[in-house]
Amino acid sequence: MKELSLHLLDIAQNCLTAGAKHVEILMRDSVADDLVEIAIKDDGHGMDAELLARVTEPFTTTRTTRKLGMGLPLFQMAAEMTGGELRIESEPGVGTTVRASFVRSHIDTPPLGDMAETIVTLIHGAPDVEFLYRYETDAETVQFDTTEMREILEDVPLDEPDVLAWIRGHLRELMQN
Amino acid sequence: MAKTIEELRAIREKMRGQIDLRQKGEDNLRVVVGMATCGIAAGARPVLHAFTEEVRRRGLNNVTVGQAGCIGLCQFEPIVEVYAPDAEKVTYVNMDAEKAARVVAEHLVNNRVVAEYTVGAVEGLK
Repeated sequence: MKELSLHLLDIAQNCLTAGAKHVEILMRDSVADDLVEIAIKDDGHGMDAELLARVTEPFTTTRTTRKLGMGLPLFQMAAEMTGGELRIESEPGVGTTVRASFVRSHIDTPPLGDMAETIVTLIHGAPDVEFLYRYETDAETVQFDTTEMREILEDVPLDEPDVLAWIRGHLRELMQN
Repeated sequence: MAKTIEELRAIREKMRGQIDLRQKGEDNLRVVVGMATCGIAAGARPVLHAFTEEVRRRGLNNVTVGQAGCIGLCQFEPIVEVYAPDAEKVTYVNMDAEKAARVVAEHLVNNRVVAEYTVGAVEGLK
């Protein structure tokens, strides 16, 4: 994966597979702390301790469900290569949080990449799920929340092509500032 | 910001009359892009974007674009499947954004399968 945003797209798909209704993608990009911290939180069905223990091993996929696979091990490897780490907290019936940290100045830390496209892709794949994205730097914080859009759109679904195009444009504007 | 919210409201008003039309249409074409780890790593995200944007730009109301998991041919990702009524599924492999635009123009609009991009055209896979 060449961008952090591609890892996030991949890991957030696990939240959807777990039946999440709310997904939060939280990033803190700090020059002062020389750290990029990422949290992906969901309210999906969660994992028990046994599954949690082996979830970052590649090839533990249960092929009947294809629920897991290379995504988490790749993300973990990317974080650890930079001196960061990956941690997962999960509770059955409550949800899962995947946290990763990257040493910001490390040469192997991937660029953030196209987060607008990642969010648009997630919404397109799961238009009924609420997504919250927050991006925090030392200076400021930007946030995008699908619940706010839904209030305006009323019964028009988020995966309408014109709506997705609007979201893409809106996110690009947000990310530029 | 106020202006962009207005744009969103305008989209809502425009869409209201059209949604039922699309969902009830009988000649619906369905495009599915593989978006598992293998697909994403191989470049599926820009392929998906190209399909959704081309379909929107051309106003193809009979086409829906969706996402799927791993199809099981990871070495040929990005993979795109096209489902049409009364036709066999067509599987496109090693896709990119430019190929996606051509598939929209030739297959989705003019009903001519782009044979050279299909899995059947891949050497040694028969």
